[in-house]
Amino acid sequence: MAKIKSLEELMKIKENAMKGLKMRDSGKRGKVIVAMGTCGIAAGAKDTLRAIVDLLEEKGIDDVSVVQSGCFGLCDVEPTIEVHLEGSDPIIYGHVTPAQAKRVVEQHIVGGKVVGDLIVKRGEL
Amino acid sequence: MPAVENTVLICAGGACISAGEKSVKGVFEETLRKYSLENVVRVVETGCMGACDLGPILVIYPEGVFYQKITPENASRIVEEHILKGRVVEDLLYVGDMGDLRERPQEELPFFTEQVRIATRNLGVIDPLSIDEYIARDGYFALHKVLFEIGTDDVIEILKKSELKGRGGAGFPTWMKWDFTKKAEGETKYVICNADEGDPGAFMDRAVLEGDPHSIVEAMTIAARVIGAQKGFVYVRAEYPLAIERLTHAMKMAREYGFLGENILGTDFSFDLEIRIGAGAFVCGEETALINSIEGKRGIPRVKPPFPANRGLWQKPTLLSNVETYANIPPIITNGGEWFSKFGVEGSRGTKVFALAGNVKNTGLVEVPMGITLRKLIFEIGGGVPGGKKLKAIQTGGPSGGCIPLELIDTPITYDNMKKLGTIIGSGGMIVMDEDSCMVDVAKYFLEFTVEESCGQCTPCRDGTRRMLEILERITSGEGTMEDLHLLKDLGENIMATSLCGLGQTAPQPVISTMRYFWDEYEAHVKEGRCFAKKCKSLTRVVISKEKCVGCTACSRVCPVEAISGSVRTPHEIDPEICTRCGSCLAVCRFGAISKVSP
Repeated sequence: MAKIKSLEELMKIKENAMKGLKMRDSGKRGKVIVAMGTCGIAAGAKDTLRAIVDLLEEKGIDDVSVVQSGCFGLCDVEPTIEVHLEGSDPIIYGHVTPAQAKRVVEQHIVGGKVVGDLIVKRGEL
Repeated sequence: MPAVENTVLICAGGACISAGEKSVKGVFEETLRKYSLENVVRVVETGCMGACDLGPILVIYPEGVFYQKITPENASRIVEEHILKGRVVEDLLYVGDMGDLRERPQEELPFFTEQVRIATRNLGVIDPLSIDEYIARDGYFALHKVLFEIGTDDVIEILKKSELKGRGGAGFPTWMKWDFTKKAEGETKYVICNADEGDPGAFMDRAVLEGDPHSIVEAMTIAARVIGAQKGFVYVRAEYPLAIERLTHAMKMAREYGFLGENILGTDFSFDLEIRIGAGAFVCGEETALINSIEGKRGIPRVKPPFPANRGLWQKPTLLSNVETYANIPPIITNGGEWFSKFGVEGSRGTKVFALAGNVKNTGLVEVPMGITLRKLIFEIGGGVPGGKKLKAIQTGGPSGGCIPLELIDTPITYDNMKKLGTIIGSGGMIVMDEDSCMVDVAKYFLEFTVEESCGQCTPCRDGTRRMLEILERITSGEGTMEDLHLLKDLGENIMATSLCGLGQTAPQPVISTMRYFWDEYEAHVKEGRCFAKKCKSLTRVVISKEKCVGCTACSRVCPVEAISGSVRTPHEIDPEICTRCGSCLAVCRFGAISKVSP
């Protein structure tokens, strides 16, 4: 990576990364964000992350990326994951154990129907 | 197998079962079968949902529609109307306290809607390992602005307008700190970030470093440019390994992109960061002790003045701020000082991150405009006290802070108000306590902490806090006198007036403030040997009522210390000498025969 020296270069990175964040033109249908702060990890977020990656692989889903982020504040309901599929509001789920992650993958990512009983928040943070 | 379309939760708590939950569930499932819906609707029995007076309760997801007081007759109506035709059965809906219909309890929780996220803007939003995502959220644009568009004096002016104060505890105006260090004489200067977050119950700094490490890298680089520093240190406690890992990665990426290191953004400005790992002493959160620790010396505070702005790290001018303070800097520079001071109230501008802990429903981190009332913070955003318990007090500011009683929770949270109430905002820890908390015991807990963490350098703190703890131990074991209470207060005030650093100057605060608001509790401990909350072991006994006990032996089976004796079908007895007051027996007795008593 060459060092950045101008505002134009900074803007370019911003625009490209925005696409990733908003998922436009990234070739992906959506993404799953797993909160990996210490609170999340203590509550089992690593197992949840692994379960999601395995499930997506098992089902041959390659148009949904899995990324990590930090704690979004509601530590009480960790592990939390955010499912953001293109064209719909992001949904944050709480208490997502590997078993619940399976429900989210099957029902929401495959079936397109949100898993109501796990929802913590709808819409952008 | 068809995909499940609805999940129906039926509360199967004790109260709902006695209100007829089983027959409701039976009819519900029967009706589902009648319409061949049993495979697309999942019926789940849950534990008690808490609203026992509304039972039997039923919640239908994904919509989250909450039905109350269901009878077998209207259970079939719900299947036919709601599940089959998608029409909400209005007359069975739960009506909230405000009389409004609560169809979607999961949406628009005050926990989210009342927050203004500035320091925590990127937490949970970006990948902390991706510098690009940080840039996508306007990261490093503030640094560019400071290097190319505005002068260093303009930055100070922006900070002045923002009225940002140090978020680590002391609340000193940030612009003044920057200005002093900028004006201090000397070629070599340093920038330090204090991430030695040690207050029990506070964890916002860890969350920021773990979730948005670049905001600290960017802010410190800006600070270095403004004050003229070449080198910076982030002092992180060893207990935060993930924060250290993510910050290390962020620094590496920032160097690759040219935001850190030689010739930042192609200019002649060079600055680099190093991490120093704290070994776990609470006192190292005190700025001069922290500086000693970075120098490789024992972490004990220095006499102030001289202040770090003039003589800090290796006797050079040093700017030292807390993580949350730095996290606010880039957005303030990008959006302007007025933008930040728009939030909050006179004297306390902007937002503050609070860590909600203790007896509160939504434990976690919240960032709110300053000037919000404690009531709003605890009851609306925090969701109130769980288990139907009554709020007793809120401990703010950790071991350096005090307690605020229930009567004063309508106070807006500002630096001045908290001071008037005998506490501080501090780093933002908020420990919520319900009616089962003994305030003397709480004071003792915090004092135990400071006694343990006193560095031992000055006498008032080293010996004084220990004497205070001894008195508190006497009081909680029923051996205290009224003279002790007055001595405790005197001692506390003297320690606060004569200690060298902030640790000693504030250590008696939890005792002084609980004595101020809960003097009757202290008095009851001394005069009557009574603990209101039945927490203090020596003043409390667990007893079994001879009339109510049926001799089921449930209690004697769970007692971990075998303090309960008695044979089957005869009333049992607890030996107070052996009993540890753990309460296990209380939890298993189904006849209400066991209770805690304090004379």
